[in-house]
This record gives sequence, structure tokens and C-alpha cells, in this order.
Amino acid sequence: MKTVNQGIEKIDAMSLLTGKAVYTDDLALENCLVVKVLRSPHAFAKIKDIDLTDAMKIEGMECILTYRDVPNKRFTMAGQSYPEPSPYDRLILDRMVRYVGDPMAIAAGTSEKAVDKALKLIHVSYDLLDPVLDPDKALDHKSIIHPEADYHVNGDIGNEVKRNLCASGEFSAGDVENEFSRCCVIVDRVYHTKANNQAMMETHRSFSYPDHAGRLVICSSTQIPFHVRRIAATALDIPKSRIRVIKPKVGGGFGAKQTLVSELFPALVTMKTGKPAKMVFDRSETFTASTSRHEMKIRVRIGADKAGHILAIQMDTLSNTGAYGEHGPTTVGLSGHKAMSLYNRAKAVQFTYKVVYTNTMSAGAYRGYGATQGTFALESAVNELSDLLSMDPLQLRLKNILKSGDTVAAYYGETINSCPLPACIQKGREMIGWDRKFPFRKISPTRIRAVGAAIAMQGSGIPDIDRASARVEVQEGGFYTLMIGAADMGTGCDTILAQMAAESLGCDMDKIVVSSVDTDASPYDTGSYASSTTYVTGMAVVKACEELKRKIEAKGIYPALSASATHSSPVSPPPFMAGFSEIEMDLETGETKVVEFVGVVDCGTPINPSLARVQTEGGIVQGIGMALYEDISYNPKGKMTRDSFMQYKIPSRLDVGRVRVEFESSYEPTGPFGAKSIGEVVINTPSPAIAHAIHNAAGIYLRKLPMTAETIFMTLKEQKTAWPSVLKN
Amino acid sequence: MQITCRINNREFIREIEPDLLLIDFVRSLGFKSVKRGCDTSNCGLCTVWVDEKPVLSCSVLAARVNHRIVTTLEGLEEEAKAVGRFLAKEGAEQCGFCSPGLIMNILAMKKEFKTPTTDDIKQYLAGNLCRCSGYESQLRAIEKYFDLEGKNQ
Amino acid sequence: MVQSLDEAYELLAQDRNNVILGGLLWIKMGRKQYQTGIDLSGLGLNAISETEDSIHIGCMTTLRQMEISPLLLQWFGPLFSDAFKGIVGVQFRNLATLGGSVYSRFGFSDVITALTALDTQVRLYRAGVVTLSKFLNMDQKRDILEKVIIKKQVTQTSFQTLRKSATDFSILSVATSLCKGNWKIAAGARPSMAILAENAAGLLSPEPDEKTIKAALDRVVNELSFGTDQRAGAGYRKLLAGVLVKRGIEAICR
Ligand SMILES: Cc1cc2nc3c(=O)[nH]c(=O)nc-3n(C[C@H](O)[C@H](O)[C@H](O)COP(=O)(O)OP(=O)(O)OC[C@H]3O[C@@H](n4cnc5c(N)ncnc54)[C@H](O)[C@@H]3O)c2cc1C
Ligand code: FES
Ligand code: FES
Repeated sequence: MKTVNQGIEKIDAMSLLTGKAVYTDDLALENCLVVKVLRSPHAFAKIKDIDLTDAMKIEGMECILTYRDVPNKRFTMAGQSYPEPSPYDRLILDRMVRYVGDPMAIAAGTSEKAVDKALKLIHVSYDLLDPVLDPDKALDHKSIIHPEADYHVNGDIGNEVKRNLCASGEFSAGDVENEFSRCCVIVDRVYHTKANNQAMMETHRSFSYPDHAGRLVICSSTQIPFHVRRIAATALDIPKSRIRVIKPKVGGGFGAKQTLVSELFPALVTMKTGKPAKMVFDRSETFTASTSRHEMKIRVRIGADKAGHILAIQMDTLSNTGAYGEHGPTTVGLSGHKAMSLYNRAKAVQFTYKVVYTNTMSAGAYRGYGATQGTFALESAVNELSDLLSMDPLQLRLKNILKSGDTVAAYYGETINSCPLPACIQKGREMIGWDRKFPFRKISPTRIRAVGAAIAMQGSGIPDIDRASARVEVQEGGFYTLMIGAADMGTGCDTILAQMAAESLGCDMDKIVVSSVDTDASPYDTGSYASSTTYVTGMAVVKACEELKRKIEAKGIYPALSASATHSSPVSPPPFMAGFSEIEMDLETGETKVVEFVGVVDCGTPINPSLARVQTEGGIVQGIGMALYEDISYNPKGKMTRDSFMQYKIPSRLDVGRVRVEFESSYEPTGPFGAKSIGEVVINTPSPAIAHAIHNAAGIYLRKLPMTAETIFMTLKEQKTAWPSVLKN
Repeated sequence: MQITCRINNREFIREIEPDLLLIDFVRSLGFKSVKRGCDTSNCGLCTVWVDEKPVLSCSVLAARVNHRIVTTLEGLEEEAKAVGRFLAKEGAEQCGFCSPGLIMNILAMKKEFKTPTTDDIKQYLAGNLCRCSGYESQLRAIEKYFDLEGKNQ
Repeated sequence: MVQSLDEAYELLAQDRNNVILGGLLWIKMGRKQYQTGIDLSGLGLNAISETEDSIHIGCMTTLRQMEISPLLLQWFGPLFSDAFKGIVGVQFRNLATLGGSVYSRFGFSDVITALTALDTQVRLYRAGVVTLSKFLNMDQKRDILEKVIIKKQVTQTSFQTLRKSATDFSILSVATSLCKGNWKIAAGARPSMAILAENAAGLLSPEPDEKTIKAALDRVVNELSFGTDQRAGAGYRKLLAGVLVKRGIEAICR
């Protein structure tokens, strides 16, 4: 292949690297009103009154909007296809505020200074309510977080809102209790993952203006332009045809921008005033008033016979969706299904879950989308199981994992076409030097090195729901325009899709021009999330190009000749990964560093190996942050305690040792050129692989993230008995 | 108040508010390469040079660059391309939002180190955060860039 | 920008809302609106110089200047580069000033920990020259820190710190020094401000044996107090103190 499977440079590389003005805020009109939001200082309260008299006296203030000014139609901000599985539990501004950070008023003025001043002069009085901060106590708490009569759910998601239950459900195959009774070893543990912030470098931002026809134009840093159009129409109570959404270059998303966050505030201001308006979130707002990863507590029971055959797996997840249900009912499913499916040799599996509301910031989408949490839990349990069986953890996996051709009940009954996971494990084992390094080596009287491993899978798009279209057109001079609705958020999909088009049409890359997304001009696409773009949109591109080729063959080539195609996949073939960590632990302080991380990935055919590699490296490093220090916590009043890069640390380049990535390619017959996805699977293995290495170094199992030096050290001290194997050497 | 300064070899005389920050000043003049990623001086995205030294433009008062020389990526187009080619080859710019600040600091490092070691590179650039790339590809690119620069000298 | 320290002080005394501008890094995070920012940049206070018996570092000197100063390296070893390298990044340290770092008396300050292990004085506009520890414990009257004065004597030093991630605040920082047979052990980020463990240091001979070191370590954890904050608990800090001090002493003895 000429362009596919080549490490071609990104088509926008040089404009990004020379700092051209291509992002939302670079393009905003100069005369935009500055929009800011007054946020609730209380975790749970009902607004008695908002007094704007003093605030509106400030010179330069254009308007201040409160719950009295917004349409009374509940909606969800989750960027999902209609009908969304997330509950309609939001208004743009509500009388009830449900977390510290919930918006109470939208202020717009001609300068930032005026708006800041005005915000300080808005007087709000409240009836304070008793907040629910602990997810363990949320169910049937005496405070009901969503008592409103117009709360709405689109389908059966096991919702009992009066119990603070956002969603619940269960799945099983086989008789788990019967299988457990045949097991000779059973691990039964609870694993706890915390909320994390996506921390993309470009914070949430958007601006809006009325166009010549009086329509509302929203320009936003988003992963979901078409969902923004639909949701904004609902929230603002205007027809969808009255809204146009434009997506410029996006400075990272990782799921954070799969939810509407900033868009509605300036949009409402533009609607009310007829003027252009812009809102740029600062970093602290991005931490405290957007969406995070769902905190989850997952109980895993897993049992095996003497020979190490896993017979039964049971997982029970409690997920904390925070004040609103964005992505709550869907993320939780992945915590079970995308973990248990790995062990398809098990005779019986069972998965139950509850998603609860609390008065903390709403959770949402973050790379991995629940699978990350489930993988930490199940992979850690499998490592514990290998320990009880005294069996090499890699051997245990090779014995039990799914294979090409398997039909996987836990994976919605799908048949797996391509699964080179055994080869991934083998390759990673060699790269990290497992046989030399497992379980640990003492490198000085106080320092120890140890290795750990985990495997993971994800999906490639949401079957039958994600829908993408593409249009290719011949232009004068013999080049092609490729119109897509998928949102490149730095992932490089514009380049990857262009590669596919060039390959299909048999032309050079420079003959393909990719448009950026504009809902007025681009063909429909559900958006860039759920690892769907390469796989789903890619297929649409291939289909459109094949169609165009047929037309060219039949009619010859001439400008304006074009072809369009739409694609939706009935299946979601999983990419796979084996991750291996080598850590160095300082036994005197507990300080633990990842000296090397090896990831071997199967994403089908890597369309662009160098971009796939960087996706993987980036995902691994985010995973390392999650494992070791990233942690969203709240004080007893419900205020988030880490709301800046000064307090919430993400890895710097000094914090990661070597990261080495290889591919173990397979060919996925349902994907474009054999491709599957890669964007998400890469974040799933670091936490369990590092937890495993910590166990191998020090004999302690840490079942709660993050695993800080302090926890390691204090746990070590408490469990000295588990430790002598280390000290003997 | 009025200030006079040279930005990217052009003289600017402007009336400014005393509390205006350099980042907002240069952006308002059209130097949009300069990005903001935080409120706490932690991310390095806003790196520019003042009198040839790399600093965080989010933390400098515009008033303080009176009679001084400011350089943003727009003023270093050729150098930026030279580094950029290496980064692009590795696919190291994902979303690219951190790239201008990173390149400004790589070029500043080049003035202090002829042949930086891996450790020098990591230390010098530690204040440039990137959430997309995991840093590894950037390191590959920077090492190759300095290898070549070394050979050219 | 002021023309003299007198003018600066006059402005400072005039209005509670006037403020001395260091590198601005801390000031800018505050939501507070100030009346006038007093800029000392034009007073030549941004240099490191030496006299017969001491080194003078002007308050506007940046942390980066100190970190790469051959003079400081010559007398105190890599103390400052080791202590400062975890402070955010080079661009940050090109701005952060010594004056702002010392005057703000942060508990987490690596700068103050390092200076505490040396024979350090500060010169204030009003209060005159006082020792660093006196300054740190003085009532916080509004004053101007003009410069830091360190006694010029060859000192062996070591800086030990533990951070959650490389550019976070220290969970605990320890600076140890040995000069003319006298030890100093300074511990900061406890999380309160750096302080000398004088009793422990007093137990140490110039070439302490293992037993003496052990005794000193026991003393350190008893004589200093440790607290809990977001970054770590008091219990952990206390255990850590023993380890970091031991490493500091060993680094110097080696
Ligand atoms: C994100 C972040 C991370 C940090 N991490 C660390 C760390 O890991 N270790 C560490 O040691 N430090 C750390 N610091 C502190 C930093 O190193 C500086 O000490 C701090 O920013 C203050 O220095 P400045 O020059 O910016 O002072 P400014 O912010 O300008 O001033 C701070 C205060 O000192 C006053 N002031 C300044 N100069 C004088 C003077 N000459 N006389 C009297 N008063 C004066 C100001 O009025 C103000 O009240 C961090 C700071 C930030 C923002
Ligand atoms: S904007 Fe983050 S350091 Fe300047
Ligand atoms: S490339 Fe996106 S932050 Fe660095």
C-alpha cells in the first residue's frame, strides 16, 4: 500500500508547529461580548432570589441571565446520538444548584473587567440543602438530588431518580454460583478508581454570532459538532435548522469535549442580545465545572480451578455520576463488558451495576470510558489470582483469554474476527525482559525494580448507533475535496482519512484536501468518540471513494463529479493491548517511578503507524498519571480540592521513564484496510500493570488509585509480614 | 500608560492598562501563536522570549517589557520550521496546542546547550506540559534535531 | 517603576493596596485587585555579587540566575541548582525572584529551606539586617526585602526532597550543610516553614559514625513538628524526615 500503513506527516503539521491562528479563540471576532458564569459556592441549595441591581449598574454590562431567562426544557449535555441514554436532568440555569460550580447566572459585558466586577455584585440568597457527597451513601439518601417533575429518561436504563439512582442493570451468562462452587481459588476484592480530569491543554471555549439570515452560529472546540447542533436546539428551544456549528482545530479533547460544556452560555447571550459573544473557560473552571472520569468502586469475584482455568467472573460496579447523568448509564457498562470479555474461556460471567447521583461535579466521558476502571479492577484481580495459584500471570492469561473466532457472550454476542492478543503478550514479554525481571530484582539495599503486566481491550465505535458520512468531489485541476463530519481533536483523523482516500483513489496525499467541520457544509457524523473515527468514518470514506472510482471509470473524470457514502457498523471489533511496566521503588520512602513501560497494541492495520505510536505513548502516559497521582477529591463541604495544574499534577516529561510501543497487527475484515480503533484502549493497562509491579516489588496489593508514595510506604509499614521475601535478598 | 517595545523586530508603541499581561498584549497585536493553558504559571504554553530569555508571558506585566525586546514564534518562522520538521516527522504534534511554547523553549535551550543530553532536555523542558503526546515522540524529535545541529556546526 | 527604595517604601506605606512586585508568579494568582504595583526592576537589585566575607544577592535576582551562578556553586556546591530544579520549569525560574520567594515565607519553599542551611541574613529596608530565621519569625510588618546576604565560607551541602511528581511542591525538603565542622540541618515543607533541627545537628561530629547519625536522626524527628495537608500526612512526613536527613548527612560524608 502506498499511503495507508505509512507514517505520513499530519497534513496540518506545519501550521500547528509554526503557531498559525487555527484554534477557536484565535478565530473569535474582536467585538465579542465577554461571557462569564457565576457559579454556586454550595454543593446543594435552592436559590431563593438573585438580585442583579448592583451588578447591572457596572458600565459595560450587556446582560445578566438567570434561571428566569432560560427555556424550561430539560436536556442532557452528553454528546450521544438521539435518543440519548443519558437522562434529561439539566436546564441551562436551574433554580436548584447541585454541586459547587453549578452555574447560577450568565453575565455578558464589553470587557472582562466589567464582567468580573459585575459577578462580584450579584447577590444570591439560598435555601441550603443537605448534600450527598459519598457515593456509598447516595442510594436512598434523604436528600433527593433530582426531585424535579420534568426529569426525563429516554428508555429503560434502570433509573429510579427518587432513590438517586441514575441507572442500574445486570447481565449474566451461565451459572456463576455453580461455577464458583467448582473453583479451588477465588479472589473477591473491591477496587476503587477515582475521578480524573482529562486535562487537555486547550480549555473549553466557544463563541457565537448571528449570521446574515439571523441564524445562530456556534464556533466551538468540540468533538461533536452535530450533537452540539441538536442539543443546543433543544436547550435553547429553537429549531435545529436555525443553528450552524463550526469546529476549528481543537487543542485536545480526550472525551471532555464529547459533552457540551461552554457552548450554551455564549449561545444564549447571542440569542438574547443579537450580538457576538465568547466564553473561554479558565483552567480552574475546566477542573471544577466540566466533566470528569466516573469514580467507580468495583467488586470483582473471580475463581479458577487448580490448573488455572478461570471458571467464573462476577463484577459489580458502583459508579458515581455526580450531579448530572452525562454518560452515566453508558460508561458503567464498559466497566464490566469490556473487561470480562477478555476472559472468554470462563464458563459463567455476571455483571451488575448501579450508577448514583451525588452532589459533586458531573462525570462524563474520558478516554477509556469505563473500560479503564473495569480493566484496573479485573486485571488486578487476575494478577491476585495468579499469585494464589502460584502461576505465571502471563501464562494464566494465555490460558484464559479470548481467541479469533470466539463468540463472546459478554461482548454482546459478537464474534471476534481478529485477536492477536497472545502475540501481543509474547512480544511485550520479550521487550520488557519479563523472564529476567519477574517478579523483582534488588538493585541496592534500598531500591528494588519489579515488573507487572495487564491486558486490555476496547471497541471501535458504537454498533448500529455511530453513523458517519463522507463526500469526495473532483475539483478543477484534478484534485479532490474530502468532506467529513468527524472532528479531528488533535488525533490526526483528518490526515488518516485523507490517507485512506488517497489510497482508494490511487493518488498522492497532496491531491486530497480535507475540509474542517461545519454542520452547514459537512456531511453528518455522530462525532469523534468511542474510538469510532478511523473505523466508522474511515469506512464511509472508503465507500465514497470506491463509488467515485466507479463513476470515473464509467464517465471519465471531470470537476464536480462526486460521490457520497454513509456507514454504520453492526459490530464494534475490539482493539487489544498488552501493557508491561517496570518500576523502581525506593523502599525507604515508598517513592515509585515507572522506569519503562512497554505497550504492544493490536489496532488491526495501523493506517498511520507514527500517529498510532504517538496515540499509544500519550495514552500510556495519561494512564501513568492516573495510576500514581491524578486524583479529584472534595472537601467535606463538597468543594473540589485540586483545581489547577499546581494542585492536580499531570505527568511532566521528567515523570515518565521510557515508553516503548510496538504493534502486533491483525486484519479486521469489517474495517477500512483492515483497521480497528486505537484511541482509547491505550489508557487501560498502566494502572493495573503498575499496581502489579508494586505488588511484585513489595508484596502489597493496592486496590485504590492513585497509588502514591505515601500509600505505598504506609501500607508497607502495616504489612511488614508480606515483605520479608524482599528483605531476604 | 504608554509603552514602547520591539516585538519580532517591529517597534510597537501602545497605550495599555497597567495590569495588562504580556500574553494578552501580544495576542491583541495578532501574535496568536502564544497560547494559554493554565491560570497558575504551570503549563509553559505561553512561553515567549523577553530579551532573548524564555519566560511565561502569562506571568509578565506588559508594562514590564517597556523598552525591551520580545520574541514570539511568529518572529522565528525559519527556526520554528527547522525544529518543526523533526516534530512533524515523529507525529509529535498531536493537537499542537503546546507546540509554540515548546518550540520557543527548545530554541532557547539551543542557545544554552550545543549538545544537550537526554537529561538536559528533560530538565530544560520540564515546564512545558503536553497532554497528548506522552513526550516520547518529542524527545525523539528533539534529539534528532540536536544531532543534526551538532553535525552542522 | 520606582527610582529608589525610599520612593518604593513611601508608596508601600501609603496604601494597603499597593504591593511590591517580584516575579509576579504568586501575586497574579490572587483574585485581589491592587492599587499600584511597585516595580523594583530599575534599582540594580538583580545581581549576585561578593564582598570580602559575604555574597550579596539582590531581591530581584531570579531563581534561574542563582541556579546557574558559578559563584554560588563555588562556595556552596550545587545546593541551589538541586533545590530549584523542581520548581516548575526554566521559564518560570527566569521570572521568580529571590525577594518574592523569601518575603512570601511559604511553608513549601525550597528556596527558604536551602537558605536556612547556610549562614544567611536578609536586609530589609526598614528593619535593617537581620538573620533569616529572625526574619521568618518576625511580625509581618510591611517592609521591603532588599537583598539576601550569605556568609562566604566553603560549605558542603546536600539538598534532598521528595515530590509526588517532579515539578510538584515538595512533600518534605531537607537541606544539610557542613561548614568548619558545624552541621546545619534544615527541614521545610513540613508543611510549615523551614526550620533548623539544631539539637540534632549539635550531636553530629565532623565525621560522624553510624551511631551518632542514628542518634541525630532520632532527635530530628522528635525536635521538629510535622503536619498534614493535601500532599501528605504528618505521620508519613515524620518517617520521611529521618530518611532524607540521613541521606543528606551521608551525601556530605561521602
Ligand atoms: C505554580 C507554582 C509552583 C511553585 N512551586 C514551588 C516549588 O516547588 N518550590 C518553591 O520553593 N517555590 C515554589 N513556588 C514559589 C515560587 O518559587 C516563588 O517563590 C513565588 O512565585 C514568589 O516569587 P515571585 O518573585 O513571583 O514573587 P511575587 O509573586 O511577585 O511576590 C510574592 C510576595 O512577595 C512580595 N514581594 C516580592 N518581592 C518583594 C521584596 N523585594 N520585598 C518585599 N516583598 C516582596 C510581594 O509583594 C508578594 O506579596 C511556586 C509558585 C507557583 C506559582
Ligand atoms: S499559561 Fe500556563 S504557564 Fe503561562
Ligand atoms: S500536542 Fe496536544 S498538548 Fe501537546
